[in-house]
Amino acid sequence: MTSVSQHPVAKPAAYNPDAKIPALVWLKSNLFSSVWQSLLTVIVAAVLIRFCWFVLDWGVINAVFYTADPDTCRAATGACWAVIVEKHRPMLFGLYPYAEHWRLVLMMVIYLVTIVVSLSPRFWNLRLLVPLWIVATSAIGVLMFGGVFGLRYVPTSEWGGLPLTMLLFTGTVLIGMPIAVLLALGRRAPLPVARSVSVVFIEALRGVPLITILFVAVNVFPLFLPAGVEVNKLLRITIGIAIFFACYQAEVIRGGLQAIPRGQYEAAASISLSYWQTTRRIILPQALRICLPAITNHIIAAMKNTSFVIIIGLFDILTATTAVMQDPLWRSFYIEAYLFVALVYLFFGYALSLYARQVEKWIASGRI
Amino acid sequence: MIKTKVAGLSAVAGLMLGVAVGSVAQAGAGDTLAAVKARGELLCGVHPARHGFAAPDSQGKWSGFEVDFCRAIAAAVFGDASKVRFVALSSQQRFPAIQSGEVDVLARNVTATLSRDTALGLNFAPPIFYTGTGFLVRKADGIAKVSDLDGAVICMAPGSTTERNVAQIFAAAGMTYTPVVIENNKQLVDAYVTGRCDALTKDKAALPGVAAFDTENPADHMLLPGIYSKEPLAMAVRQGDDPWYDLVKWVTYATFNAEELGVTQANVDEMKASADPDIQALLGVIGDNGTKLGVDNAWVYNIVKQVGNYEDIYMRHFGPETPVALDRDQNTLWSEGGLLYGFPMQ
Amino acid sequence: MIDTNQDRSGKRSARSLTDILYSESFRTLIYQVALAVGVALLGLYLYQNVIENLSRQNIATGFGFLDQVSQFEIGETLINYSSRDTYGRALMVGLMNTLTVSAAGIAVATVIGFSIGIARVSNNWLLQRIAIAYVEIVRNIPVILQVIFWGAVIRNLPAPRQAVELWGLGFLSNRGLTFALPATDPAHVWMFAALIAGIVLAIVACHMAKRHREATGRYIDMLWPCVALVFGPPAMVWLGFGAPHDISFPERQGFNFVGGATISPEFVALMAGIALYSSGFIAEIVRAGIQATPRGQIEAARSIALRPRFVMRYVVLPQALRVIVPPLTSQYVSLVKNSSIAVVIGYPDLVNIGNTVMNQTGQAVEAIAVMMMVYLIISIVTSLLMNFYNRLVAIKER
Repeated sequence: MTSVSQHPVAKPAAYNPDAKIPALVWLKSNLFSSVWQSLLTVIVAAVLIRFCWFVLDWGVINAVFYTADPDTCRAATGACWAVIVEKHRPMLFGLYPYAEHWRLVLMMVIYLVTIVVSLSPRFWNLRLLVPLWIVATSAIGVLMFGGVFGLRYVPTSEWGGLPLTMLLFTGTVLIGMPIAVLLALGRRAPLPVARSVSVVFIEALRGVPLITILFVAVNVFPLFLPAGVEVNKLLRITIGIAIFFACYQAEVIRGGLQAIPRGQYEAAASISLSYWQTTRRIILPQALRICLPAITNHIIAAMKNTSFVIIIGLFDILTATTAVMQDPLWRSFYIEAYLFVALVYLFFGYALSLYARQVEKWIASGRI
Repeated sequence: MIKTKVAGLSAVAGLMLGVAVGSVAQAGAGDTLAAVKARGELLCGVHPARHGFAAPDSQGKWSGFEVDFCRAIAAAVFGDASKVRFVALSSQQRFPAIQSGEVDVLARNVTATLSRDTALGLNFAPPIFYTGTGFLVRKADGIAKVSDLDGAVICMAPGSTTERNVAQIFAAAGMTYTPVVIENNKQLVDAYVTGRCDALTKDKAALPGVAAFDTENPADHMLLPGIYSKEPLAMAVRQGDDPWYDLVKWVTYATFNAEELGVTQANVDEMKASADPDIQALLGVIGDNGTKLGVDNAWVYNIVKQVGNYEDIYMRHFGPETPVALDRDQNTLWSEGGLLYGFPMQ
Repeated sequence: MIDTNQDRSGKRSARSLTDILYSESFRTLIYQVALAVGVALLGLYLYQNVIENLSRQNIATGFGFLDQVSQFEIGETLINYSSRDTYGRALMVGLMNTLTVSAAGIAVATVIGFSIGIARVSNNWLLQRIAIAYVEIVRNIPVILQVIFWGAVIRNLPAPRQAVELWGLGFLSNRGLTFALPATDPAHVWMFAALIAGIVLAIVACHMAKRHREATGRYIDMLWPCVALVFGPPAMVWLGFGAPHDISFPERQGFNFVGGATISPEFVALMAGIALYSSGFIAEIVRAGIQATPRGQIEAARSIALRPRFVMRYVVLPQALRVIVPPLTSQYVSLVKNSSIAVVIGYPDLVNIGNTVMNQTGQAVEAIAVMMMVYLIISIVTSLLMNFYNRLVAIKER
């Protein structure tokens, strides 16, 4: 525990706190504060440089970036990024009919534009957003399903790849958030019955692994329905992940609700607002602001959790990649392929957390 | 502004819910045939990737022996073999999928057994493929027969009859083995190919496909000789819907009988003019076999014309020209010493 | 909470029927009854549908299958099991495997997580940055991807014939990690018993020293006595049995290795995946815990000339643990739940075995119910223990 920092960086004596700390002082206090620290720094730096050199050597200098011939890759000592170039279509689009992949590209463009627009405060206006979402959802539906305008019909069982991951994720958040809010309110409700129902529901689902919920969604849920009624499997799975997500999110939101001072409720009651008015206009907006960082964490977790569908055989980006890695010619380059998938997840996760940090800044500055 | 967002989100959630309710479809409870006709396509549960039996190509087009039997049912029901939607099912999902009505018929390498027939609530059509447990091994390991496998690590899929057969084969011979049980077929094959296991065990008929498509050099691998268990693969339907069961059963017999009568995909049009009353009845020129089953009278004509008789189907996927060439062994007509015996269509 | 009994001040006798109907408490009651009835009806409806669907298709129901013979083998078993045992026992084997891989995962995740967490608040800028990068990477890659990745890495290791030899002590191959182990000896059972006894003795001794200190104010350093109490008895038993020191070295024979112990590739891949994933979260928990102790307290402790070890032991740790333990426990529980992805890689855990059982018997509802109940019990027991701990360490105001 010797290296634990109990002391903030020793600030040089300066009259102007904004003045830059001289580089040497910074180095001394952060890297070479004692003999042991200096030794540690040198060792860590050596290992780091060795590692970076390896990455550079393997990933760039000796790597093969483009070739259709796996033997070229095998001859090289570095990475074979060509496997991603060669196999990007089955990896990104899964089982979706090959000739129709342009529809998925278009769908992803529409999807990303819609999300970016919806996340920018400049466009937070229901008169803009509601039509946008209706148009975007219909367009995505038409593109994905087809069957109209001369597009070939593609059943959900053939959807796959990155678009499927995106849809699962969006569906999870859109279905899960309202359920989460309801469950959180239920757990804090003045009605004992509502409280106990919410508690049992939340705790039971948080106590089991996501896989078992997916098993229920796929194998058991159809038995709950009366004979003859069936619900699309992809939808069942999305709802399953969403409910799981909602139970975790409900606990976060409950934390936010608990942080609201009692005076807020009393003030709302004194101007005779009803329960729902109080909740909607006074309590929830504040509670959601308070627990935004934790909410973001669970939203990012929801994105990672979509990868669990590999167990029930949906062709998301990860499943599609493992399937591609089945090709005997390219099998040996699995590290490159999995790194690529990991980067996709890291990219989206990083984008989400950057956005969340921005929202926190907006909240702090009173912009929203 | 958060408020606006909440409102916007709930609007979208409402929209999603609408979509959800919209996708709730009616699938005839007891009357599968009517439901299939109303839907306009057959939902057929198949193996996700078993070369020779069912596998999608890189463009997502399904082909295989069992896929063709699904298409034969569609040809009988609609007169159009293309009206099938293939639902890829893992070995764990296959029974819940048929039980819950997610698929109309299961043509997914299912071995007909008593407990599946009873406790699982299934009905089995006549077997379309007779096989047994097989072991795929690397030639370099010097394994020549099953008794050489004592102490080996063996890869297999969970919940398969194979899993039980291997336990019995080894127990009977007093040998030990370590099972590695992986559900995901890709991961399973990968485990064998990379050398995690000494042997891969599946239905014997499925193994040449693994060697041909999933290994770098198929010549490095071999099937161990001998047949060690009975694996009659059959199409399965739900219990409690006899007309649908009848149809699936007779589609199977029709492919046998067409081969027996010499009616092939190539000559079916000429055969329609045949004077043989059996052929005439088969192709619906005379009689009302189709009507009795609730489909068009030309149902067998459609099957043979669009998909073929048993031999056509077999040769297309397991013939000597194919990558997964398999001798027909027991899968020949009874008249040639095999086990295929189509009941009379009278 | 909103006060729902605002009109309690009104006189009861003076109330008319309309008053009652319009009163908030009555409305609350109605809502509650409606909700309760609604939930009950929904439950009944679903239950009836299940029963009807199952009986219409003649699907077997009930838990009778647990007593039937399983007829399948399992690759890794901690308790005796063969294909002639029952489904119930097979599931028990799965549960034991789940607990084993989780325990190993927790140990590894804790060691790595604490190291990274401490590095995360280190004075050394370079180390700090590396720790942050590590945390961000392992936390944000889906755990399934990590498990599949490690599985692929291990499978692509050389075959047993070309296995990597580890300094004569073991082999690394695509059959897993095989290593030398002391040959089984009757002494081991007794040594284990002696170890348990030693731990109990040490706890009792420390407790007595604490009582003594509280009563007299005199401090007895118990560190070395406790170490001696824990490791002394097993060592003495070992010597008593004549110090058996045979070691079983693994040798290549036939398909595999003979002798020593082997950890299967599936176990290693699953354990590595879930442990590394959790280690990122644990590192963050540890960081928060360490930063929870106000600097002033440490300075105060130092100013009364408390030895550095005691500053750690009596000032920093108790406060840090109070912050660390609750989230750490829930992280452990989620690691146990994450171990259920074993099915992807083929490690025979509870879900994997349950999956096979579900397949053999066709009783999806019951098999899934068994899995869910087991995990639920694990979660509930853990959270009960946690509540107990929280009450134990809660700041006692005197």
